Amino acid sequence: MKILDFISNLAMPLIILFIVIYGVFEKNKIFDTFLEGTKEGINIMISIFPTLIGLFVAIGALRSSGILDIIINFIEPILNIVNFPKEIMPLALLRPISGSSSIAIATDIMKNYGVDSQIGMIASTIMGSTETTLYTIAIYTSCIKVKKIRFVLLVSLIADMVGIITSIIICRIMS
Amino acid sequence: MLNIVWPIFIIISFIYGIFSGNLKELNSSIFESINSVIELSLNLLGTMCFWCGIMKIATETTVAEKLTKILKPIIRIIFPEVRKNSKTEKEISMNMIANILGLGNAATPLGLKAMKSMQEENKDKEKLTNSMTMFIILNTASIQIIPTTVIAIRNSMGSDNPTKIIFPIWVASISAALVRNYTNKNFYKNE
Repeated sequence: MKILDFISNLAMPLIILFIVIYGVFEKNKIFDTFLEGTKEGINIMISIFPTLIGLFVAIGALRSSGILDIIINFIEPILNIVNFPKEIMPLALLRPISGSSSIAIATDIMKNYGVDSQIGMIASTIMGSTETTLYTIAIYTSCIKVKKIRFVLLVSLIADMVGIITSIIICRIMS
Repeated sequence: MLNIVWPIFIIISFIYGIFSGNLKELNSSIFESINSVIELSLNLLGTMCFWCGIMKIATETTVAEKLTKILKPIIRIIFPEVRKNSKTEKEISMNMIANILGLGNAATPLGLKAMKSMQEENKDKEKLTNSMTMFIILNTASIQIIPTTVIAIRNSMGSDNPTKIIFPIWVASISAALVRNYTNKNFYKNE
């Protein structure tokens, strides 16, 4: 498993190195370009910050009031049959619906069970390997005003489920 | 969507909290949550800014165009119908590259452009074509070389090794994408 960790750790430095060298060869004011991009990063954060405030409070309330545990315990017997970790269930349900609420719930899971624990790893992998499916389908179909979207939603949700199950399996193998 | 989900979360948890006697925990969780947003946002801000800066360098060079050329044969296999139209083909591959590089903000406008080009050749304007379904479905997959947001979150939570999840994420997202490709093709064959 050491080699897989090595690949994971190598990916980011290697890409940064590649882009910087490529940039130096093709462009002269590379640091100015870097600064321009950084400013765009600030704007992205400013635009998601209000949503995060609202959702973190809502999800914190779900957990602290005890209602989340009741819901989880209610579906636990079903999840046990398929050996699905119950702690992940809220994330699996919210992930296709809303990007910012899944950030909130993933953070909540990592805080409660430990970011480097198996549950924390699974939550991270699900966050990174899936998209906000419903939102994506909505903007791509509404921009051309089609009415019949055929089986798009079904196929995407099946694939999301496969992504989530693969995340669980690979994290169990690796840890 | 959040206009429905958010009030439901607040209402059920506050009502339950009041009646179950978890009031103290509920109160402190409000402020705890606000604190963790600040903590997370500061960390996210740093990582996001840095990564956006690096990616800006990439977009100003010809990296994206070169990658688009490499992707062409794959695009032709996945989207056999757009072969005749090089403009659509280019828009599709630019969108894919932007997604792979994690440039979400650039990927969406490119993707919408590709959808419009495909709609021009669509005979039944009310219904998605096979290529369109495939294109949307691939966009609901998250195929990224560096999953920046997750790394930033893990970093803010004090992980020993925030980038450890890159390899598992590749495996999970690629297998989900293969399932997308396969089930979609089966669906339109049998429809």
